[in-house]
Amino acid sequence: MRFRSIAALVALMGLVSAPAGFAAERAIDATKSSISAEFTQIGVPVNAPFKKFSGSVDLDPAKSAEARAHFDIDTASFDIGDDDYNAEVRKPEWFDSAKFPKASFVASGLKPTTPGNFEASGKLSLKGKTVELKVPVTAKTEAGLTTYSGTVSISRKAFAIGGAGWDDTVEDTVKIRFRIAVPAVG
Amino acid sequence: MSADDRYTRPAIALHWLIALMVVGGFAVGLYMTGLKVSPEKLQFYAWHKWSGITVLVLALVRIGWHLSHPVPAPLPGQPLWQLRAAHYTHLALYGLILVIPLSGWLYSSASGYPVVYLGIKALRLPDLVAKNKELATVLKEIHEWLNWTMAALVTVHVCAALKHHLIDRDGTLRRMLPR
Ligand code: HEM
Ligand code: HEM
Repeated sequence: MRFRSIAALVALMGLVSAPAGFAAERAIDATKSSISAEFTQIGVPVNAPFKKFSGSVDLDPAKSAEARAHFDIDTASFDIGDDDYNAEVRKPEWFDSAKFPKASFVASGLKPTTPGNFEASGKLSLKGKTVELKVPVTAKTEAGLTTYSGTVSISRKAFAIGGAGWDDTVEDTVKIRFRIAVPAVG
Repeated sequence: MSADDRYTRPAIALHWLIALMVVGGFAVGLYMTGLKVSPEKLQFYAWHKWSGITVLVLALVRIGWHLSHPVPAPLPGQPLWQLRAAHYTHLALYGLILVIPLSGWLYSSASGYPVVYLGIKALRLPDLVAKNKELATVLKEIHEWLNWTMAALVTVHVCAALKHHLIDRDGTLRRMLPR
């Protein structure tokens, strides 16, 4: 008797705490997700991952226009694979990780393009600047996991990343590659 | 001295061009690794790789030339040990001018940096191995170790050439010099 009432209470709390209208908000599965940036120096493409990020996707496949997603990325977790370069990229000239520890992307609205493909609109905030982005996304569901993946190009200068002294060495265009995995709906 | 006693012009040109680039690449290699992170450092790395890849191509041409064009016979009157030492040193040097750039290319690939020859994107070379930090550490050691081996051998090689020229006063160095 006592057990059942506790169970009922827990169930009720679960219902109440789920925000109305956000029935399918799912935290990302970081172990199966990846976010990386590819920059180009003297013609050489260098792809490096952000090791730490979190976020959630709130998407009802039936109502994609109302889709929401939110990601926080630790700028200090960018790993070029070498201590000296990792230290460099955290400096004020680049990410300024001490002052701006997080970058965020907030997506609001997903427009279906072709089957399985969407265009997400959202705002990327990085180093105190915010830029509107349209991001092509491919969705795939497999073994209980939905992954949203894609690549989007941004201008590092739009975010004041990298001092002028580097302009002849590191290209302005940086490609962000992402693969976001969340538990499949239902 | 008859024409047969000299190295062919292409053999001479390749020998000195490669020698110059190897010594230059070696010096740049030592210098660049000590620099602090900066655009200049990356530029030196790029030059180092481009010249190293150029050496690799020239070395292949040179080995092809060596195999298809007989080299002049050693000058007479040399002890057998000296002929053997020269033979094996030359063989090792041929091997090193191939293996050193290859080890650098492998190291670059394993570190996750594709080699883009002269910075021209259409001349992006294939990655020889996938990005792998542990492998990169080993390949870096190998690249360094091979370089010090070559530095030692080139020292012996140059001393031998100078001994021929200054002490034996024979034509060994002259037949490798452009006329
Ligand atoms: C003639 C050919 C080459 C020579 C003589 C040469 C020589 C050297 C030397 C002396 C160093 C310094 C080693 C040290 O740290 O003490 C070095 C480092 C290096 N070399 Fe080469 N190299 C050659 C070709 C290449 C090529 C073709 C590549 C890549 C495509 C390459 C990539 C590198 C890199 C990335 C380093 C830095 C290692 C580090 O991080 O410390 N090298 N090389
Ligand atoms: C990195 C530098 C160098 C490399 C890799 C190198 C490599 C070689 C190789 C592989 C040969 C044999 C050529 C053949 O028989 O097909 C050779 C021959 C020769 N090298 Fe070098 N060399 C270098 C620097 C030098 C320098 C600085 C000198 C002179 C001071 C020199 C003097 C000679 C001479 C005189 C020969 C002809 C030997 C003979 O006639 O038997 N080399 N070198």
